Amino acid sequence: MDILNIISDLLHNTIVFSTALIFASLGGLFSERSGVVNIALEGLMIVGAFTSAVVTYFVGSPWVGFIAAAFVGLIFSLLHAVASVTFRADQVVSGVALNFLAAGATVYLVKIIFDGAGQTKTLTTVFNKVSIPILSDIPILGKAVFVAYPTSFVAFILVGLSYFVLFKTPFGLRLRSVGEHPSAADTMGINVYRMRYIGVMISGALAAMGGATIALTTTSNFSHNTVSGQGFIALAALIFGKWHPVGAMSAALFFGLAYSLNPLVQVFGLTKYIPVDFVYMLPYILTILVLAGIVGKAVGPASVGKPYEKGQR
Amino acid sequence: MNKVLKFFTKESSLVPILAIIMGLLFGALVMLIGGYNPLLAYYSLFKKVFGDLYNFGETIRQITPLIFTGLSVAFAFRTGLFNIGAAGQFVMGSLGAVIIGTQLSLPAYIHAPLAIIVGGLFGALWGAISGYLKAKRGVHEVITTIMLNWIALYLSNYVIYNYLRAKGQQRTEFIKDTASISFDWLSELFGFARLHSGTILAIIAALAFYLILWKTKQGFELRAVGFNPHASEYAGMNVSKNIIKAMFIGGLFAGLGGAVEVLGVFKYQVISAALPNAGFDGIAVALIGANTPLGVIFGSILFGVLTYGAAGMKLGAGVPIEVIRVVIASVIFFVAASGIVKYILALFQRKKKEVL
Repeated sequence: MDILNIISDLLHNTIVFSTALIFASLGGLFSERSGVVNIALEGLMIVGAFTSAVVTYFVGSPWVGFIAAAFVGLIFSLLHAVASVTFRADQVVSGVALNFLAAGATVYLVKIIFDGAGQTKTLTTVFNKVSIPILSDIPILGKAVFVAYPTSFVAFILVGLSYFVLFKTPFGLRLRSVGEHPSAADTMGINVYRMRYIGVMISGALAAMGGATIALTTTSNFSHNTVSGQGFIALAALIFGKWHPVGAMSAALFFGLAYSLNPLVQVFGLTKYIPVDFVYMLPYILTILVLAGIVGKAVGPASVGKPYEKGQR
Repeated sequence: MNKVLKFFTKESSLVPILAIIMGLLFGALVMLIGGYNPLLAYYSLFKKVFGDLYNFGETIRQITPLIFTGLSVAFAFRTGLFNIGAAGQFVMGSLGAVIIGTQLSLPAYIHAPLAIIVGGLFGALWGAISGYLKAKRGVHEVITTIMLNWIALYLSNYVIYNYLRAKGQQRTEFIKDTASISFDWLSELFGFARLHSGTILAIIAALAFYLILWKTKQGFELRAVGFNPHASEYAGMNVSKNIIKAMFIGGLFAGLGGAVEVLGVFKYQVISAALPNAGFDGIAVALIGANTPLGVIFGSILFGVLTYGAAGMKLGAGVPIEVIRVVIASVIFFVAASGIVKYILALFQRKKKEVL
């Protein structure tokens, strides 16, 4: 294996691994920008992975599974919205509850649907890699970047779209204003509750798409450990990317790269110098460092985590 | 008796109790949808737990770590901090205890206590990191504790794999007998259920929780900072110091839990891909227990019974054990969104008035 092929493979794996993180961190972005903390990303990803696997198994089309996942994720996230927006529950606690619920309910349903088995049957129809004509002929880069699962292309398109929606449309401005200063936004006639509901629901759909990506491109089934920690890495990517779509994408790619280095590190016997466990830790350590202002400085939306009560001062 | 009735009917205890009932009902609904008999399932759950001495003893074993992690979360809550990091602190506690338990050779009267103390300190320091970052750098403890959970997991995996691993195994060597805290004679009485003195330590910890918070000046300061950090600062209290202290003590509780779990139950620590459930269940326990030591003990008993009895549901009614996670999740949800519970409560009260 020559060095160029290695680099090409590395890039390719980075994109495969990062795709799910990009979806989920974009999800977190919409929720947190509207002022609702979403540590339920993990649970939403689990729901998405589960839905996509089951629907794809019975319908046979990964696209149908993918879209169903987004829809069910959206519905599931309503629980978070009802609790934390309408009933002004502690958003973190509500998120914890959702993570629990997702982990329990999905495996419970899998066992019912698949006669007591702990995982879904292996999916025969999953996403296949597609190559973009002409661009994929570019040496090295073509094979690495332009031959990929369709979900990766969707993810990158959504990054651009999220940026546009959040920063270039009146809707985006309203969403952000509700996360920064809800009472001011309210004074301007913006319905704070409705904007926060929308933020949380978009986040549910996107995070579920992230989970679906894992089930439909990487594991080809769903079990209790299909999603194990990716939701929290996505949360880390969101913070490391300073609550910005492009930043979150870059962070997700960076974390994906770190993970893709793993097999490489093992092949070359470098584990002596860089233990695998430290590679796993990297996203979390970096997030803490960036929040502590040791590497850059990340400041979240001003009103994130604070329930809004009309008329309060 | 009147006092007891008053305790259970005041709103602060009514909400958790109703949340538990609603959670169990929601679980029943989920079982009905799955085509199972919820009554048989709950009956099997209790039969499993209270059916024989062995299972009863094992339930006590299951309850013990929950008391520790519940106290950990509750203590931080009292100072206005949300410690989601009990899982990581628990792992670090296990690691500290297993290092002492496997690496040192000491007489029993010093070995086991030392292992517990070191485990507790590991957890405490792990918690204090979050406290420091909050106090000095203004980083929200929710994020840092989540991140530190995973860092703890991988760090302990690294240490176990490289320094403590038993040959050809994915776990450490067994701890030395001198470090064990098993109650051998009591275990025998309970059909060799894994009972250990960590349970007594858990009760002592709950007592200490009460004494620290409500009977010392330190505790007053911790609670004051929880109520209103600005007023506390104005009154001359050192808010940063109290935040670090609260996370240190919170972490200490969780670390002790991790330590006794290793020294009393498993006798080794495994390389794990997931964080221990006890850490997150601690959040549920603290919420149900309204962050009081007695409440935490009650909450731990409840969740310990539920999680241990789940296996009985599988056996007796064929229900997948995961349904218990659903029940626990919905209890947390209803406590968090206590507005929903109060709303339903108000509905009932209105009806009562109408009848009268």
